[in-house]
Amino acid sequence: MHIELLYWEGCPSHPQALADLREAMRELGLDPRSIEVRRIDTDEQAVRARFAGSPTIRIDGADVRDPGEEPYGLTCRIYNRRDGRISPTPDPADLREALRAAMSARAGRTR
Amino acid sequence: MTAIGEQAPHFALPDTDGAIHEPGGAPATVVVFTCNHCPYALAWHERLMAVAHDYDGQGVRMLAINPNDAERYPRDSTEAMAARVRAGDFDGVPYLRDESQEVAHAYDAKTTPDVFLLDAQGVLRYRGAPDTDHDDPAQNAAHLRAALDAVLAGREPDPAQTPPVGCSIKWRAAG
Repeated sequence: MHIELLYWEGCPSHPQALADLREAMRELGLDPRSIEVRRIDTDEQAVRARFAGSPTIRIDGADVRDPGEEPYGLTCRIYNRRDGRISPTPDPADLREALRAAMSARAGRTR
Repeated sequence: MTAIGEQAPHFALPDTDGAIHEPGGAPATVVVFTCNHCPYALAWHERLMAVAHDYDGQGVRMLAINPNDAERYPRDSTEAMAARVRAGDFDGVPYLRDESQEVAHAYDAKTTPDVFLLDAQGVLRYRGAPDTDHDDPAQNAAHLRAALDAVLAGREPDPAQTPPVGCSIKWRAAG
């Protein structure tokens, strides 16, 4: 499973997002050392990486939360917690759900 | 950079209707640098508006200033600001445009949000985050409220300064 976290230094949320992602992976028996952490520094890199804001987390290429029509660029990304609160990081429950979905998809492909 | 206890920079900035607002004329003025698209600014927004509401009866003013480069970040355009005002997001708090970014530079503002509290003489008495955790509404902008209570009672806020937390201000490219 390819898990990547893309971040921009201008937004202070990536350490929390990375900690939440590592914790979710540990809970599901995955190795958090496999996370690929990528820093995005320029608008050009943001477009090339389809970076809709910091942090962006993808599992096998799929964003843990669909960014919809968000433009690519150097900005902080807006997430919503499951209770509706605005947050700079994904809800940990959404991370676990996305990881489980990716694990199920992989298991289905190997049957 | 203005230190705690020094005179804060004066400014005159337009709101989304073009009316000009200046700090002062109140026992305390809260100057908040904020914007439309930063999750930290949005997470703290209701808490800050609650402060404006709760201290309005004591004559406290709040001025919200958007300093971000709207060319690179169109969601911080004056039109987008006006849409939020029309939607009632600011509950009577003037939402000002710092087009030149001179005011943000003069205050050495770092993030959205970044909160500055001025006393009746325009002296900077508090600077920093509204409270300790953007993710916990129960914090209720406790730093700012404590600082306001101190200033209104003629005391020095403690703490007088906390690190601002949020999205970096989107400065215009040099040149």
